[in-house]
Amino acid sequence: MGSPEFNVYRRKVDHFVKSKLGMYTPSLELKGASFTLSVLHIKHQDMERLTAELDNKLAIAPQFFIGAPLVINIELIKDPLFDLATLKTLLTSRQLVIVGITEAIPELMLQAKLLGLAVIKSGKQSQHHPQLPKTTKIIQQTIRSGQQIYAKGGDLIIIGAVGNGAEVIADGSIHVYGTLRGKAMAGAAGDKHAVIIAKKVEAELVSIAGQYWLTENLQQNGTTQGACIRLDGHILTADNLSL
Amino acid sequence: MTQIIVVTSGKGGVGKTTSSAAIATGLALKGHRTVVIDFDIGLRNLDLIMGCERRVVYDFVNVINGEANLNQALIKDKRCDKLYILPASQTRDKNALTQEGVGKVLSLLAEQFEYIICDSPAGIENGAMMALYYADLAIVTTNPEVSSVRDSDRIVGMLQSKSRRAEQGLEPVKELLLLTRYAPERVSSGEMLSVVDVEEILAIPLLGVIPESQSVLKASNSGVPVILDQESDAGIAYSDSVARLLGEELPFRFITEEKKGFLKRIFGN
Repeated sequence: MGSPEFNVYRRKVDHFVKSKLGMYTPSLELKGASFTLSVLHIKHQDMERLTAELDNKLAIAPQFFIGAPLVINIELIKDPLFDLATLKTLLTSRQLVIVGITEAIPELMLQAKLLGLAVIKSGKQSQHHPQLPKTTKIIQQTIRSGQQIYAKGGDLIIIGAVGNGAEVIADGSIHVYGTLRGKAMAGAAGDKHAVIIAKKVEAELVSIAGQYWLTENLQQNGTTQGACIRLDGHILTADNLSL
Repeated sequence: MTQIIVVTSGKGGVGKTTSSAAIATGLALKGHRTVVIDFDIGLRNLDLIMGCERRVVYDFVNVINGEANLNQALIKDKRCDKLYILPASQTRDKNALTQEGVGKVLSLLAEQFEYIICDSPAGIENGAMMALYYADLAIVTTNPEVSSVRDSDRIVGMLQSKSRRAEQGLEPVKELLLLTRYAPERVSSGEMLSVVDVEEILAIPLLGVIPESQSVLKASNSGVPVILDQESDAGIAYSDSVARLLGEELPFRFITEEKKGFLKRIFGN
């Protein structure tokens, strides 16, 4: 098995076992975290103009900017001879803390490194391997007894009915444009926001992120016609829909 | 162009063999050269229903294994000169059927017949799979009760995934519903699923509705396909179904409760 859920679980178990055996005695730990930083966009390289405009801005809310960490975006500066050191002096003299620069041309990147400034890639730049977009699986036929359909990592749309003894499973939501008579399991990878929507609910079982209802629960709830089944906290609820 | 038709159901005892015999006879009566094959290896029944059990010398498995040629195994029906029967082996089991062997026999039959009717065994194992694999059209025989309907649903799923047409990505097998042993008065009293219920669950076109009838058992026991008994409602219903199979549009009969006449109400049947 190599499902993401299972891998996370295995890592947890692995860590637990190793820590019990005394193999882990960490005194420091490296963790990723994201912070919101202000980005100062430099659009002109005339230092006098920049100084004047900066002072105007700071005068509006001086307290707000004192000690404020800033990232400088110099995307529009194409001159390799632009003097970053002067800019840095200007900003530090106004009690601003420069965390690093971003979107610089290579010459300016080098300058920044020599000045001890970090070269930061912004979120959109650093996504070299964008996550695969969520894919939706669409099935345009009736799902028969004994058939099993799994939409990995996305939603499942069935244009047809789901027969007794059939199973439809999705990591995302499940939509059935027909009668749902079999089993439907949405949020199979743990997504609590997944929903099950069917034109008519006569299901053997509905489940969202592991919470499930059988036929009798649905009947007790009076769910027989079109409905949207979702999780409210840890409890399943079904809202009637007129589809 | 030969059409291969499988008569299938998943569940046993719903009337596959009765329907195979009736439909094959009906097609032959309409002038089409037809052969009906018994795929129920080890539980041979079709020859009994067709009344030719005493004339079985070689069988389907003999032909597959090359122990007999096709014409030695084919039995010509005595009542209808366009109809032939290829009986099953009673001494073997379903594993005697191989995809290659069945394919070979079917292509030989296709040279001389317009319709090949495959009478499937019950279940979803090798025998049933072999019967439906090469089909162009499937007659899904179903009784109006939940277990039969569910098994039929499973078989339709198999047709859509395990048949040759599905595997090779050709035009899918055409599925038609044949509702057998239908008793309108039991539907009205809520003991039986209605035509509408079954159609809604299975979602395939209706070929025919065969009423529950004493004549079916009588016909089986005497080895005469029930379609030849045109006095009986079941026989008439099979004739209608064959006509629909050939493209005619006919209204469905025997699906509503018969109004009993005054005398019948007093004296019964």
